[in-house]
Amino acid sequence: MTQQAEKVGVVIVGHVDHGKSTLIGRLLHDTDSLMDGKLKEVQESCKRRNVPFEWSFLLDAFQAERDQAVTIDTTQIWFKSKKRPYVIIDAPGHREFLKNMISGAAFADAAILVVDAAEGVREQTKRHAYLLHLLGLKQVVVAINKMDAAGYNEKRFNDVKAEITAYLSGIDVVPRAILPIAAREGDNIAKKSDKMPWHKGLSLLEQLDAFSPAQPPVEKPLRFPVQDVYRFDERRIIVGRITSGVVRKGDVLTFSPSNRTATVVSIEKWNAPHEILSAQAGESVGITLDQPIYAARGDVASHADKTPMLTHDFRGNIFWLGKEPLRAGKRYKIKLATAEATVTVQSIDRVIDTGDLTRTEKDFVSANEMAMVTFHSRETIALDPFADNHETGRAVIIENQDVVGGGILNMDGLADLRLQRQAAQENLHAVDHLLTAGDRALRNGHRGMVAWLTGLSGAGKSTLAMRVEGALHAKGMQTYVLDGDNVRRGLNADLGFSAKDRSENIRRVGEVAALMADAGLIVITAFISPFVADRRSARAAAGEGFHEIHVKADLSTCEKRDPKGLYKKARSGKIAEFTGITSPYEPPETPELVVDTGGHDVDECVGMIVDHILKHARISAARNPQSARAES
Amino acid sequence: MQDHLDELESKTIYILREAYNRIKPLGMLWSIGKDSTALLWCIRKAFYGRVPFPMIQLDTGMEEDEVYAFRDQLVKDWGFELKIEQCPPEEQMDQTLPPATRAAARKTEGLKNLLAREKYKGVIVGIRRDEQSMRAKERVFSPRRFDGTWDYKDQPAEFWDQYKTDFPEDTHVRIHPILHWREIDIWRYTQRENIPIVPLYLARNGMRFRSLGEKNITFPIKSNASTIEEIIAELETTKTSERAGRSMDSETEDSFERLRQSGYM
Repeated sequence: MTQQAEKVGVVIVGHVDHGKSTLIGRLLHDTDSLMDGKLKEVQESCKRRNVPFEWSFLLDAFQAERDQAVTIDTTQIWFKSKKRPYVIIDAPGHREFLKNMISGAAFADAAILVVDAAEGVREQTKRHAYLLHLLGLKQVVVAINKMDAAGYNEKRFNDVKAEITAYLSGIDVVPRAILPIAAREGDNIAKKSDKMPWHKGLSLLEQLDAFSPAQPPVEKPLRFPVQDVYRFDERRIIVGRITSGVVRKGDVLTFSPSNRTATVVSIEKWNAPHEILSAQAGESVGITLDQPIYAARGDVASHADKTPMLTHDFRGNIFWLGKEPLRAGKRYKIKLATAEATVTVQSIDRVIDTGDLTRTEKDFVSANEMAMVTFHSRETIALDPFADNHETGRAVIIENQDVVGGGILNMDGLADLRLQRQAAQENLHAVDHLLTAGDRALRNGHRGMVAWLTGLSGAGKSTLAMRVEGALHAKGMQTYVLDGDNVRRGLNADLGFSAKDRSENIRRVGEVAALMADAGLIVITAFISPFVADRRSARAAAGEGFHEIHVKADLSTCEKRDPKGLYKKARSGKIAEFTGITSPYEPPETPELVVDTGGHDVDECVGMIVDHILKHARISAARNPQSARAES
Repeated sequence: MQDHLDELESKTIYILREAYNRIKPLGMLWSIGKDSTALLWCIRKAFYGRVPFPMIQLDTGMEEDEVYAFRDQLVKDWGFELKIEQCPPEEQMDQTLPPATRAAARKTEGLKNLLAREKYKGVIVGIRRDEQSMRAKERVFSPRRFDGTWDYKDQPAEFWDQYKTDFPEDTHVRIHPILHWREIDIWRYTQRENIPIVPLYLARNGMRFRSLGEKNITFPIKSNASTIEEIIAELETTKTSERAGRSMDSETEDSFERLRQSGYM
């Protein structure tokens, strides 16, 4: 038995009626890949419908597809060149069947983008090309079809070639070749055509033979998403498919997001002829560990020095298939490898018109549109940017049990929580070696700390912060207030009010507050800081001296106060994404202190915060750094 | 380095483990043919020698004797749970269907009875894309309405190995773990793994069954391939389609579509 060459999956995409099915029919015919009787069956089917011979009937198997002469769903068909087998994936060209097009194209190693020489680049040509880019398909050839109808004219070919080249360069797709073909006549399909001597390149089939099968990413860092845990016998086998890299017996693995570690004792496959010492990307395996750590479906195992990122916030370059639009503020389920999470659409950063690649600001994304979206997840998620690792860098979006979208992920401008946690720990160590926090506290007579006030606009954060600082200063304490006024003008002058910028604003404040507290100051911050994840990052930066204080007042009270007239503006639509109106406020789950400004007057509230700070900052209290939570 | 068969097998095991994790209760239709027996082998691989859900035979009483003998032997040798569902008689079928199609529809009705009684949410089926152009359009996780019908005009989006695994109460899902295999892959795998087969697949007196179905509607083909090695060699050059010996596929242009749409495998 000869070892067969590896197959290549090729998807045929392009605008409706540009000749995709005809091209496939021709490829099958010219490589002698059709089964006996198939041609006759198609001829008879066409005759019954009184239509001229139609290659698409080879693939369009449904009666509805044949009757209406439209491809509804994707299909796959095999053929062989002299070099290797291929699986051809036919993808529908109609806009309303985009979900079927993606369901087919996602399996491909390579793509042929078909463009009608007479019609040139059309709407679905562009949308499909854009999707190839999102699906990560790098091997693309453009076939300019129906050259017979264009009189095999070189100039026409060059015009369309220039048009498609201009579009593709805008989306970072570099075609391997752009060929003139006439699928109906077989020109430049399986062999070079003598009707277009001006074409010096390869035929389409030769071009396909120049592609290579997609290889599993063995060279990348190990990612082993846990699919299930089996206890059929005394073994506890953690099963899954390795999506990248290699795992070896004896490796120490880190499971994310829990960060637990254990050593691989064995790699398990049933009926294996000998002990398995390693397994690589693409393999479905099981492993047993030296410790019974809690690992469950959704965790990602990796090596300790090359872990995925941990985050609550991430961005997706998405395509949307849902009948209902995607909207900012709405919640969805996502699936990322074997993990599932509930996410909120924090912001729709831009919607992309695949026609002219312009970007528009909208607060919803309709079916068949592409967009850049920022998501926020309540739970910590382990992921890789798609650019680093495809399978752990993309997710599907689910609404009402259906997959309604998908996207490739990035973390541009967002922080990796793992690095932040590590950095916070390392900083504390560095300080310990020079001058201790205790030394500073003795000099000042109190410990440094961060009193982080969070709450709706108008809840009273700034008023309280200033009054509290005054009271503490009067008691001889070293204090400072960070608020929008002194931060936005300098340190954060480069930031606007997009979701991304607001998040970055809070991140920087959190870091600065942590440094000031480390220097011995009592820092009081006054920012709405609506998201749990952002505040959690600030807490991670400051460590034990962080006290979250929820300045609480209900929305109607705040709106009645409206000291800066912001609610009014937000209600009239002049401010997009205003917390409490068009953007959510996530209240703290376990704050160190809650101050209800609706139920107490200002003096009482100031007194509560001052008492809390004195209790925890005074050196006498510093011996017991574990502060009690949720005192009120 | 994984070869082509390893890659197919890994994908199948991944699908089986997804089904087992996400969908309960689960059963598999075992037709006793080469495809579903290779799939049964993959199940033993996925679950470390176990078959953690029942195998179901939709029995019309019309299989060849060798098929029944093979079935009983394998159950004994491998020790898994087999449920035999007797299919209703042909007289109860839609009489507008052509005769062979009508005979095949008995299995659809047997399956419906079983689902109504046992309330399976997931049914694993060993069909392949390269068998038949209608099956080529299938999803790996393919929902069926309560009456078993297939809404092929609006199939779920399925990509990046993310499958639809949540459904309304009254639907069940067909799971197709070997959809991506070809006929020749099944034979190469059967040979490599040494999986037992019904002897009718091997040629005797110049004839063999390429596809095995009930004896009233399935016919052997001319062939001298009396070993798996010879079958593989035959398939490398054949121009005859696999299901040429299955009369229900080609009675009328839409006969197989009508079968599948109403719930056939």
